Amino acid sequence: MSTFAEILLNGVSLGSVYALIALGFVVIFRATEVVNFAHASLLLAGGYFTASLHDDLGFWPALLVGIAGAALVGAAVEFFVMRRYRGSDHSVLAIVTIGVDILLTTELTRRIGTDVLALGDPWGDAVLKLGPISLAHTRIAAFVAAALLITAFLLVFRYTSWGVAMRAAAESAETAALMGVRLGRVSLGAWAVAGGLAAVAALFLTVFPTPGLERATSLAALKAFPAAILGGLDSTTGALVGGLLVGVTESLATGYQSDLTFLGRGLGDLAPYLVMVAILLIRPAGLFGTKELARV
Amino acid sequence: MVGSGLVVRDLSVGYGPVRALRRVSLEVPEGTVVTVLGSNGAGKSTLLRAISRTLSFQGGAVTEGEVRLGDRRLDRLPADRVVAAGVSQVPEGRRVFARMTVADNLRAGALGGARAGRARSLARVHELFPVLAQRAHQRAGLLSGGEQQMLAVARALMAAPKVLLLDEPSLGLAPLMAERIADTVREINDQGTAVLLVEQNAALALRLATHAYVLEVGEVTLEGPAAELAASDEVRRRYLGVVDEDAAADAETAGARTLTRWNG
Repeated sequence: MSTFAEILLNGVSLGSVYALIALGFVVIFRATEVVNFAHASLLLAGGYFTASLHDDLGFWPALLVGIAGAALVGAAVEFFVMRRYRGSDHSVLAIVTIGVDILLTTELTRRIGTDVLALGDPWGDAVLKLGPISLAHTRIAAFVAAALLITAFLLVFRYTSWGVAMRAAAESAETAALMGVRLGRVSLGAWAVAGGLAAVAALFLTVFPTPGLERATSLAALKAFPAAILGGLDSTTGALVGGLLVGVTESLATGYQSDLTFLGRGLGDLAPYLVMVAILLIRPAGLFGTKELARV
Repeated sequence: MVGSGLVVRDLSVGYGPVRALRRVSLEVPEGTVVTVLGSNGAGKSTLLRAISRTLSFQGGAVTEGEVRLGDRRLDRLPADRVVAAGVSQVPEGRRVFARMTVADNLRAGALGGARAGRARSLARVHELFPVLAQRAHQRAGLLSGGEQQMLAVARALMAAPKVLLLDEPSLGLAPLMAERIADTVREINDQGTAVLLVEQNAALALRLATHAYVLEVGEVTLEGPAAELAASDEVRRRYLGVVDEDAAADAETAGARTLTRWNG
């Protein structure tokens, strides 16, 4: 029983980190209707900034620089690349993001090389014991940070002018333009927010028990894709539920792997995609997605 | 010049190789209601899109001519600056933000205007449409068609425009509701906002407007004071559905056979 609770709690924590990534993904999709395949490279960039600066600046300033840096990279991609293609087909834009992803990831993996970079976080490998359950401090921090950020984001989305502009643009870009919404600003903001959230996620994907930031970290970020898609690409609620679902599934599949050896190894990596396929078979627009978007 | 009115001069618009407007000129003097009549595809919505600078969403572009509000040229500005300059459009088919609440729709409408006047605009809009205050926290998609049209008009008014562009406000509404919208347009105009009204319901439009233009296949073919146009044979026959005596007689003799089944 205690292992189950432990696995579940770890899954929720991991899931909240995926939810952060998926949220950024959804924000860009809602603002611009573009599926952003470059998201993993934004995450890698945020992690890299933090990893390379924490020795000089200390952890917290380095993290802030990492968040700001990833937000800037996101904004730069929007401003220098995506904006030039405005008015093009959304599927063309999605493919442009693949190109951007390849460029950014290539440069970052060249810099990272074969190293495994520590991010210098203050939690280390400390473990909290609650009776029979033991939880790493990093997992608790991940959950708390993700919950705070997501709450803050949802409040901003609901109550500020930026949020109203964003939601209006998501429903109809043309009508939003008639209202005087600056679509360029909305999409710039969306890319920056997505970059910042990805940088935070990068931190929690690379802390204990993971060894650190390495080239393969962007692969871990890819698990947020099924999270965003199974939740419904255009739904913020969907991103949260999808993230948790993927995190818990992955955690359970990894935790009970020894009982499932007939399926071979690496089930944890596969499980999120299985869940996604199963859910999309029943609900093609995702759990919380809008029906019209099933056509996209 | 007409002070701070809206002036369109020799405006041509193309969608790729297709010319949608050909050297269209019209004026909306300060504080008046001007209507543009025309059948489907005459270029009415294109004209409004050209003024509000949202042609690019449909792949269109202005190829010649100019649009001015007072001394200010609008035809080079991005859409948000046109709203800030004082021209707001109510799009055809209402296009309210269905997933947002009524209150948030109105907030969205205010995004383009000056921050200072928002409370006043909201009070004005709630006075014009009390039902929107009652439904403030309902999703806009759940309103009736007439209420959605009110919301669409209210949303455009939130930016406190000098000129309101109305695209087919009576479309798809019951006659009684269309009449209420007409009353509202009159009231908005009485409060000092000029209105450029595009309508297929010519009878209603000609009653509201002081001046009217008829657009056919992208060109202005007739223009004049609304009362004169309403009295002209051409407009009566084509847009008001009034037939003269001879035509009526023809229709009657033909009428005997019109209900037979077509066996082709």
